[in-house]
Amino acid sequence: IVCWRRELGTEAYIPQRFPDNRIVSSKYTFWNFVPKNLFEQFRRIANFYFLIIFLVQLIIDTPTSPVTSGLPLLFVITVTAIKQGYEDWLRHKADNAMNQCPVHFIQHGKLVRKQSRKLRVGDIVMVKEDETFPCDLIFLSSSRGDGTCFVTTASLDGESSHKTYYAVQDTKAFHNEQEIDALHATIECEQPQPDLYKLHRIKEMTDYNNLVNCAFIKLLYRAIVSKISCLISGVAIYTGMETKMALNYQAKSQKRSAVEKSMNVFLIVYLCILISKALINTVLKYVWQSEPFRDEPWYNQKTEPERKRNLFLRAFTDFLAFMVLFNYIIPVSMYVTVEMQKFLGSYFLTWDEEMFDEDTGEGPLVNTSDLNEELGQIEYVFTDKTGTLTENNMEFVECCIEGHVYVPHVICNGQILHDCTGIDMIDSSPGGSGKAILEISLNFTNQTLCLCHTVQVKDDDSVDGLKKNQLSRRSCIYISSSPDEVALVEGIQRYVCNQEGLRTLCVAYKKLTAEEYSNAQKLLQNAKLALQDREKKLAEVYEKIERDFILLGATAVEDRLQEKAADTIEALQKAGIKVWVLTGDKMETAAATCYACKLFRRNTQILELTTKKIEEQSLHDVQDGSSANYRELFLEICRNCSAVLCCRMAPLQKAQIVKLIKLSKEHPITLAIGDGANDVSMILEAHVGIGIIGKEGRQAARNSDYAIPKFKHLKKMLLVHGHFYYVRISELVQYFFYKNVCFIFPQFLYQFFCGFSQQTLYDTAYLTLYNISFTSLPILLYGLMEQHVSADTLKREPSLYRDVAKNALLRWRAFIYWTFLGVFDAVVFFFGAYFLFDNTVVTSNGQMFGNWTFGTLVFTVLVFTVTLKLALDTHYWTWINHFMIWGSLVFYIIFSLLWGGIIWPFLNYQRMYYVFMQMLSSGPAWLGIILLITVSLLPDVLKKVLCRQLWPTATERIQIGGTCIGLDSSCSCCCRVFRGTARTPELKSLSFIPSHFTA
Amino acid sequence: MKNKTSFLPQEGEARPSRCPDNSAFKQQKLPAWKPQLTIAAVLSSFFLTGVFCLSVGVCLIMSANSVREIQIDYSDKCSDCSKLRENSSNWNKECHCSVNFMLKEDILGDVFMYYGLQNFYQNHRRYVISRSDAQLLGRNVNIQKSYCAPFTTYRNGTPMAPCGAIANSMFNDTIDLFYNLNSSVIQVPLLKTGNSWWTDKNVKFRNPKSYNLSSAFAGTARPPYWQKPVYLLDEEDERNNGYVNDDFIIWMRVSAFATFRNLYRRVRRIRQFADGLPAGNYTFHISYNFPVTKFKGRKHVILSTVVWSGGSNPFLGIAYVVSGTAATLTGFVITVIHLKLRKKKTFFQK
Repeated sequence: IVCWRRELGTEAYIPQRFPDNRIVSSKYTFWNFVPKNLFEQFRRIANFYFLIIFLVQLIIDTPTSPVTSGLPLLFVITVTAIKQGYEDWLRHKADNAMNQCPVHFIQHGKLVRKQSRKLRVGDIVMVKEDETFPCDLIFLSSSRGDGTCFVTTASLDGESSHKTYYAVQDTKAFHNEQEIDALHATIECEQPQPDLYKLHRIKEMTDYNNLVNCAFIKLLYRAIVSKISCLISGVAIYTGMETKMALNYQAKSQKRSAVEKSMNVFLIVYLCILISKALINTVLKYVWQSEPFRDEPWYNQKTEPERKRNLFLRAFTDFLAFMVLFNYIIPVSMYVTVEMQKFLGSYFLTWDEEMFDEDTGEGPLVNTSDLNEELGQIEYVFTDKTGTLTENNMEFVECCIEGHVYVPHVICNGQILHDCTGIDMIDSSPGGSGKAILEISLNFTNQTLCLCHTVQVKDDDSVDGLKKNQLSRRSCIYISSSPDEVALVEGIQRYVCNQEGLRTLCVAYKKLTAEEYSNAQKLLQNAKLALQDREKKLAEVYEKIERDFILLGATAVEDRLQEKAADTIEALQKAGIKVWVLTGDKMETAAATCYACKLFRRNTQILELTTKKIEEQSLHDVQDGSSANYRELFLEICRNCSAVLCCRMAPLQKAQIVKLIKLSKEHPITLAIGDGANDVSMILEAHVGIGIIGKEGRQAARNSDYAIPKFKHLKKMLLVHGHFYYVRISELVQYFFYKNVCFIFPQFLYQFFCGFSQQTLYDTAYLTLYNISFTSLPILLYGLMEQHVSADTLKREPSLYRDVAKNALLRWRAFIYWTFLGVFDAVVFFFGAYFLFDNTVVTSNGQMFGNWTFGTLVFTVLVFTVTLKLALDTHYWTWINHFMIWGSLVFYIIFSLLWGGIIWPFLNYQRMYYVFMQMLSSGPAWLGIILLITVSLLPDVLKKVLCRQLWPTATERIQIGGTCIGLDSSCSCCCRVFRGTARTPELKSLSFIPSHFTA
Repeated sequence: MKNKTSFLPQEGEARPSRCPDNSAFKQQKLPAWKPQLTIAAVLSSFFLTGVFCLSVGVCLIMSANSVREIQIDYSDKCSDCSKLRENSSNWNKECHCSVNFMLKEDILGDVFMYYGLQNFYQNHRRYVISRSDAQLLGRNVNIQKSYCAPFTTYRNGTPMAPCGAIANSMFNDTIDLFYNLNSSVIQVPLLKTGNSWWTDKNVKFRNPKSYNLSSAFAGTARPPYWQKPVYLLDEEDERNNGYVNDDFIIWMRVSAFATFRNLYRRVRRIRQFADGLPAGNYTFHISYNFPVTKFKGRKHVILSTVVWSGGSNPFLGIAYVVSGTAATLTGFVITVIHLKLRKKKTFFQK
């Protein structure tokens, strides 16, 4: 078998080598891991900055040792590299498992087992029942006589129903290996394309170069699972990375939370502050030094090399030295702490027993901890309907025949069940159930129902299994074609039981004569083979046949709402979150569900954008993104609605809607939640993607950021966990910047008093340990444990969620407040200590203190102030918080006593020797420390008290014990969007049947 | 959630393996103290802080006022000497001068004598690191590795002892105090030891071990600006000589700012000075060696008493009073706001 590929529209064949069937999803190889990973890590602005600082410290003579910045950086880089390496190793393992799974080939008339990766284009593959196809295949034949096979495409597009595929006409008769092996053919096909629904125009030429078949063929794609049929053989035409699956494989792009973005902005602000500080000091240094008696007084002479150095070089190294001196303002430890807070914090989500589902035995899963705090920032929730809001469990409720309504127990054991593989209608003997009501029409209806379906009977089933394509996007009956049938029945879908939210089917029939049938058949065949406007032509044909039916009756099936779905949606709306339902279902079904789950209320004003030509056009444009005007109009309408329902959404359209909102003017934070593979694209697109560990497989859960067992868990996840995570991390970020302003600003001020000589105020040990051990654990614990109000209150009062909406705690105002508080505290520390030491005795025994005592005094005030500031902000004091806050203060004291208590043999200076003890033995120093701590904390306390008293937020009211005032009910305008394109290519492709009708 | 009861495991029925642990920590339900900013707590803390600060401040001001201090700038009073010292070639020429002053009332208690320097940047980085603590510990170390440059060795390779800019620039004026009583001049007895930190004197500074001090420093040379080698700093007292000399130790503790004072001597309380310095006329006899005019600095000599709150620095007392007042006033402001808002149903409910 020879395979050719051709670009669409060109005649030129491109000779090419086809790749083997190896799938590669891993990022690194053993060899390029170290350089590639390092490169990627240093592309992060923070890491790159720390690397530069470290290198500067290595190269020039700086006031602090390179170890102080090198060690933490090394730690961060190593931990990240190990994490990423491990993840990539897992991907390698998964790839290997996939590439090495055995596949049956036909070679020289015999069945051979080989590893999947050895498959080449043109090989003939045999696939058994319940196996997945190893690559994209042309279906040659099956062991079923009629050349059909049944497959599910759940892992590609989330549709779990069984689909019938037909073998190529000319080869479907081949049954054994020899016959197939004898096939000689040339296949001409297109270049690989990612579009799943597009049909492939494939020319197949068998012996003697006869053009045998020129048709659009549905290929059997990789990852499709074969069902029911016993043996399928096919020719591999796209392999490895050219398969549909690989082309559709969307690498999970790294999502960044709003907090992280704010953090990066703040980082740049601080970087600017840092650079300007260093610049100011460098300039002032040279101004100050312009007097020679200051530059080089007799008591402080330079060495020869120093004198000879070029002025500009000197200025530049001075600038770098100042940068190094102040670099702690952006600490490495912040990144470590944030990572740790996120990683450890995410465990509280998985541990939550209220989010554990007894029925399925599943708890929440955290696939990425980077987005924890984003859960507290959600403004839009996009939810799937089937399986997310509803159980995805179809139950036959009633049927209506000739005006009589029958409920299930009357129709005996008539029951429609739905499971993840399809719907089985178990009906032992539809007509002869021996019940009183045995009217002809009922019989006839049942007969129609039994005949007109796409159900296959499994051999091992003891009862007749009746399977109907009842999935959301395909709620129409397909009619099998048997020429001797007297009637063709048509399923019209119309809503009879709208309020109850039932899915209904109308059953109707029409008699066709043999001529009529063959006419219709011919028309359809022609339309199918048309090269242009196929869709339109097919629709015309269907239109022609599908008319003048005789109504038989209707059936109703219910998909029940998940428990507490309504409660959850109500809570989310109270929290100021807009809930959009994006579904592939029809408008009526979806709207009924929306009413049932209280997304729409009885008094809501409904705005419909439905199938009328213009709207459809506009919507289409909106979703294709081609027309900016319509896009804005659509946004305008939807943003003013409290709830939006979009129907008839294809997976990609769901993602487009999410993207549209995501990129709109205000850049709202979006969350997408769904359970099926068809929701994956929107899950990947939204800021936060949540998968329901549901019935339609784990595809959604695997691709999501978080997975939960039930929709109702979303409430606690957002309102409680998300809120907590956000409050915690925003305080963590602000506090980190604050404490480092407090730390470094005195250092900056000291330069004005030491001749801009880069003299450090604090000892090296203090410089290194300040962020690592003296002040890091309390804030980490705060970041893990803080509950500014109780979890129950948050759940009871969803409106509290609005208090933190739109990144409220990390706005510029808050950031500037924290920064100024830091500057104020730093000024208090420094000048307080300065006036205390001002050319006077600070001891009671007349002895004097030196510069290290001064620095230690400032540092002691600093450590106590920033720790107590955190203590003031803590609303939830468990024993762990007590232990960490008081423990780290005690640790500071013990460390200082130890550090100053011994002549350390490995140090080449002993400047801290007994400095701390001498300071503590002086009464005025104690009084000074107490005063400075008090003065630094007072303004913050005052601000808190005044803000609470004058402008309390809802959260603060709750904290004090009051109840939240009722919220003005949200805009009661509602909008539903109805997509008009009912027929997806998927449906059309199945139209080997003579008649087709959709709403 | 509300259906919590349904969650309790049925008796005899094993919980599913993935079911999370029900510990208080994992469920974020650890018992916790939840402090609230109630009006009572806020007001009492403000008023308490205010009262505390005010009382401490008043005490501090009172005690600081009881400190007696006399500060005399002698950098210009010996103008000939200062000119002489501007030229470093005159380093071995002696220059003396005397400064008279009068005490109108007695200074009672311990009297400390300080020398003060202005505009002397002891905290300059190049200066601060220019020392070798290991050398001062009496260890035989290679000072080339320290930051002592350019005061490490002489051209001929002889190492300096002690090395570095700090040691080299040691304050070397000698100041003596004389009491003029009825035309007779009595030298006030001054203590030159016991002025440095005990730990510095006994641990941090050690002479190299040898049978006598001059041999311990054999092979080294004095720093260039010194007039005599380190083992002759105090020839009278073996325990105050070499590296363990009090004046040297005190100088080596670098000050935090460019204006500073260092403890020089204490008045020994014997004879007529048993209660301190009596009122009368006094004279400082100064041997002027330390040049300050070259860097536009000043030199002072200070006599001061010390109380529990330190020297004559009113800052701490004033700061306490000011912050105490501020806290109290804020307390009142909050009370007023609270009372006004309570009529409009404030959130502050006890």
